[in-house]
Amino acid sequence: MSDMRELYQEMILDHHKHPRNFGRLTGANRHAEGFNPLCGDRVTVYALVDGDSIRDLSFEGSGCAICMASASVMTDELAGKSVDDAEQLFVKFHDLVTGESAKEPDLDVLGKLAVFMGVREFPVRVKCATLPWHALRAALKDGEKAPVSTE
Amino acid sequence: MERETGTMTRIAKPTIDVAAVRRDFPILAREVHGKPLVYLDNAATSQKPRAVIDAVSGYYESANANVHRGVHTLSVLATEMYEGAREKTRALVNAAETAEIVFTRGTTEAINLVASSFGQARVRPGDEVVISAMEHHSNIVPWQLLCQRAGAKLRVVPMEKSGDLRLDEYRKLLNERTRIVAVAHVCNSLGTVNPIAEMIAIAHERDIPVLVDGAQAVPHFRADVRALGADFYAFSGHKMFGPTGAGVLYARRALLETLPPYQGGGDMIASVTFEKTTYNVLPHRFEAGTPDIAAAIGLGAAIDYMDALGSDAIEAYEGELVAYAVDALSSIPGVTLVGTPKHRVGVVSFTIEGVHPHDAGMILDHEGIAIRAGHHCTQPVMDFYGVPATNRASFAFYNTRDEVDRLVGAIAKVREVFKS
Ligand SMILES: Cc1ncc(COP(=O)(O)O)c(C=O)c1O
Repeated sequence: MSDMRELYQEMILDHHKHPRNFGRLTGANRHAEGFNPLCGDRVTVYALVDGDSIRDLSFEGSGCAICMASASVMTDELAGKSVDDAEQLFVKFHDLVTGESAKEPDLDVLGKLAVFMGVREFPVRVKCATLPWHALRAALKDGEKAPVSTE
Repeated sequence: MERETGTMTRIAKPTIDVAAVRRDFPILAREVHGKPLVYLDNAATSQKPRAVIDAVSGYYESANANVHRGVHTLSVLATEMYEGAREKTRALVNAAETAEIVFTRGTTEAINLVASSFGQARVRPGDEVVISAMEHHSNIVPWQLLCQRAGAKLRVVPMEKSGDLRLDEYRKLLNERTRIVAVAHVCNSLGTVNPIAEMIAIAHERDIPVLVDGAQAVPHFRADVRALGADFYAFSGHKMFGPTGAGVLYARRALLETLPPYQGGGDMIASVTFEKTTYNVLPHRFEAGTPDIAAAIGLGAAIDYMDALGSDAIEAYEGELVAYAVDALSSIPGVTLVGTPKHRVGVVSFTIEGVHPHDAGMILDHEGIAIRAGHHCTQPVMDFYGVPATNRASFAFYNTRDEVDRLVGAIAKVREVFKS
């Protein structure tokens, strides 16, 4: 069971049970939906973007603990950052959960997002963790297009 | 039921020697994440006994050739084996003749065949097709496609919260525009056994033909197509201990004869010129191209295997096992069964409070337990219950009470991780 605890860290369980920034964001000017047809996870990310700055973020949807916690932590961490910062964090987060990059994860830069490191041991769950990020990137790119799918 | 009858001794209940049966299935001896495998995803696909594996490899090792093609020894042998499997399949469902048994890739292809050929022949703008609220996507989408093509309307028989179909509503839905009814014998996400014979009788009062999706029925009990009165009956070999790649469409001859071909190609023709093609006799007219010969032969071996166990024994054994599982799961705090149908086989769907099935499924996997977490290709059923997904444990005659106990114990671990 210890590897399960590695994955389901306290912080992840907490964000799953008490998601932050949950609900439609009033005044949002961007949003996009992410859908994982494999397991039915569904997340809509709302963003209030002002020039290059992400003023505020929220999300709605239903899914597994990894997906919901990822959306919750992501919206917490990225609000107030620039669109470029968000993109860079996405790359670092992606490396973190896939373990694809040879480099050690940049834990200082990742901050709270580092809690998802356990996901790399479970390749089938990578999509759960990255789904909210794909939705966010779609929202930042062009806002109102068709849902993004992880498949 | 056991009982004393006069001077006769107790009639032994047919039963299964589950330890011996398990030895017939090589994969059941393996471990997953260091724990003995508990395979409870039989509704997705069943495991295969040695006899089936050997039938497939034996065919390739000693008889492989194309069927219905040659005069050489191997081709004759392969054809005999392939047609032998058709005869076994006929006997399994008690069809009147082998001409009524069409081999397909699976249930999905069988339903598509009917939706396409029957649709082309019989369904016109304004007509209606009736399905039910608990169909697998493969018994929804082909009819939707047909309705779009033909300008027809899809009507859906609703169900009760219990997961039982509403026969009163079903009666009301049928009318002079109804061209066909397509309904599951057993629902793959709830385990409901529908009153198919009665539903067919109701449709036949209006001369409406009925297609039965028997994918989840045939692995668990005998389906007698003539006793049921089914016009079409579809199922998959891989869910009944056979290989992937061979499924079955039973179709009543009188109906099948009136249908245009599904796919064109070799084997389905009698003669071809560029001006005109005459089609082969039934069932070959509906089997274009080289079929999955080995899989059909494997299916034949699976039928033999089930016959040897005996359908009474399988039903009795599974009935007790599933009742035990229903009791055990429903007495876990925080676990809610999804669907409580009057008559159930094979399947128990449930949710765990505060835990998404995807998370539960993975933690269970780490305990060596394979269940299905998801919508089970029945999204409308999930919507009906207002859940995105369920956990589904589905059983076969090789599963045991011990395995149910392991599932129950592992659910406790899931709740421990989630502190739910
Ligand atoms: C009730 C039912 N119908 C149809 C199917 C589709 O079967 P196949 O994928 O073998 O074509 C399934 C398989 O999950 C099923 O459970």
